[in-house]
Amino acid sequence: MRGFLASLSFILLACGADSAVCADASTSDNVTNDDVITLGAAVSLTGKYALNGTNTKNGYDLAVQQINEKGGVKVGDKSYELKVRYYDDESTPARGTELVERLIQQDRVLYILGPYSSGLTKAILPIVERYKVPMVEANGAARELFTKGYRYIFAVLSTSDQYLTPAIELAAQNAEKLGKAPSEITVAMATENDPFAQDVRAGVLADLQRYGMNFVVDDQLPPELNDMTVTLAKIKALTPDVLVVSGHEKGALTAVTQIEALRVNVPVVALTHCDSAQIAKKLRKASQHVFCAHQWHRSLDHKGTLFGSAAEFAKRFEAVYGYEAPYQAAQSAAAVYVFADAFSRAKSLDPETVRDAISATDLPTFYGPIKFDQTGKNIAKSMVLTQIIEGEYVVVAPKKWATAEPVIPRPKH
Amino acid sequence: MTSNLLILYQAPALGLQLAIDGILIGAMFAIAAYGMALVWGVTNIINVAQGEFVMLGGLIAILGAEHGLSLWLTVPLAAAALYALGWFLFYAVIVLLLGRDMFNSVFATFGIAIVMQQVMAHVFGGADRIAVSSLGSWFFLDSLVVVSKMKVVVFAACIGLGITLAWFLARSRMGQAIRAVAQKPEAASVLGIETRKVYCLTYALNAAICGAAGALAATAYTIQPYGGLSYTIRSFMIVVVAGLGNLGGMIWAALGLGVAENFAGFILGTQYQIAFVFGLLVVVLVFRNWRLRRQRQHLE
Repeated sequence: MRGFLASLSFILLACGADSAVCADASTSDNVTNDDVITLGAAVSLTGKYALNGTNTKNGYDLAVQQINEKGGVKVGDKSYELKVRYYDDESTPARGTELVERLIQQDRVLYILGPYSSGLTKAILPIVERYKVPMVEANGAARELFTKGYRYIFAVLSTSDQYLTPAIELAAQNAEKLGKAPSEITVAMATENDPFAQDVRAGVLADLQRYGMNFVVDDQLPPELNDMTVTLAKIKALTPDVLVVSGHEKGALTAVTQIEALRVNVPVVALTHCDSAQIAKKLRKASQHVFCAHQWHRSLDHKGTLFGSAAEFAKRFEAVYGYEAPYQAAQSAAAVYVFADAFSRAKSLDPETVRDAISATDLPTFYGPIKFDQTGKNIAKSMVLTQIIEGEYVVVAPKKWATAEPVIPRPKH
Repeated sequence: MTSNLLILYQAPALGLQLAIDGILIGAMFAIAAYGMALVWGVTNIINVAQGEFVMLGGLIAILGAEHGLSLWLTVPLAAAALYALGWFLFYAVIVLLLGRDMFNSVFATFGIAIVMQQVMAHVFGGADRIAVSSLGSWFFLDSLVVVSKMKVVVFAACIGLGITLAWFLARSRMGQAIRAVAQKPEAASVLGIETRKVYCLTYALNAAICGAAGALAATAYTIQPYGGLSYTIRSFMIVVVAGLGNLGGMIWAALGLGVAENFAGFILGTQYQIAFVFGLLVVVLVFRNWRLRRQRQHLE
């Protein structure tokens, strides 16, 4: 009995182990296959980023599917099928670097799609740079990725310092509703201790300086911490006008639930990662009138040839995967689109030529316009701020896309 | 730091809030620590998968809540499911570790933890989740002190669980058997106690305890398949500080830990919250070692 159970457990373990590699075993020849272009990606299928790693993979897959359905990638007069080879980086930088090195060295992949999170992207940057392999990434927003002179990184998303700028701007514009001058507004910040959230914080600090505002709370939350009561107790004592929280989905969920539970009344509450945490759907009452930063929203008027409009992409995604597309999925799809467009403009598969073609990208897409500066940032697209009203994300900034006036201050309930 | 101290001085009600929150969350850690100490004391196995049991309990409870089950049902449900899992794991893995070096048990249970994480992520998905409670809160002192009714329920449930376990161990036949095996397995088996059964029951009981703790935790904190480590570490820490077999000490240590964490986070800033607590652990251990050394010198 004991031996049987032990062997059974072992067999189950062996079958489950490294399933990403097992699944791709059949495509191992395709890296050198003549009619297929293989992109490589180490994404977080397990670990604390598992949710968004899956969103990223789904975005990549949907774009690959769409491109192949439309005839594949055209390089010169030849058509290629697009494929992605995945590994699971387990949400840890060490594993990510190992796997990207493996993709490049062993699997001979010549083009890399980025992982989820600034931390993981930062870890693999030196590797793609060393091997001169172009990487288009969709989920690493920290500015420090672009300040070291790396030539092989291209990011389709807006940088993290811009996430909450619209919220601070909105607070300043609505200062008289708060009964103060813009420079008298006080701000509380609760950010997770990781490269992305710390860059969001840096962006907020820069905005505060611009408007002459002061911060009263500046808490940096350890990544394993899922309790914000200490920070919220401080906020109760100091009564700031604005609270900004950035801690991925856990931060959004925790902040919204605990603000409600502790009856913390802050006139303006702004978060990141609301939609991937699904707080509008799951915490309808508690998330009312919270501001959310988005890289993309389905109601925007972006259009491109691959998916059509933003709304059409959203519909397609939901039809295939059965849940609403968070912006992480949209930007991942856009990254694959950039590669396909670059291949056809480069008329070559040589990594260096492709890299130069990516660098010259000027592409309107369902996700937004994509144009890279020399550091690899996308300078053509802007962030969007929404406010949750009755379980829906209503766009309130920038003005050209706003569908409603923001509700400030947040009504007490 | 001084400005934070000043806030506490000017609004002592906030100190009360921090203390209350600390005690409420400490009760949960006390339960998980008690289960770990039980397994450690009886079977000499350190269960590194403790946090994963808690997470699984939380996920089951959240699943139950999404289907409309009330807390009175989801907690026993989670406990029962985890009991079954504990039973299975005992005969699949743990039984091979009995009587062996403790290091083996750490490795093996670490392996169990990893497998559980992956399976949970596969079944439930990797997202953070929380069970929304509709109980509301009590508001004191002009809303400066807010006590969530759910957290009080959790606290009461943990205390109740602890008392029940203590009674079970002290009074029931099986409890006696467990204590006997913990003291001297050979003598216990000579007296007719099936030690293997006792070990299995202890391990399964620990799993059930963790499942209940997780179901209770899900109402206040986010649950994620990979989020178990912090519970494992805190349980381990409480057991080490209190010492095996010291139930009263464990409760004090757990509640003290909760309160200390909250105050440290408030005064020093949340970035130092966890570091402070581990620093405190080091101080406690060093102090205890010094005290014991003095005692040893006296005996020599």
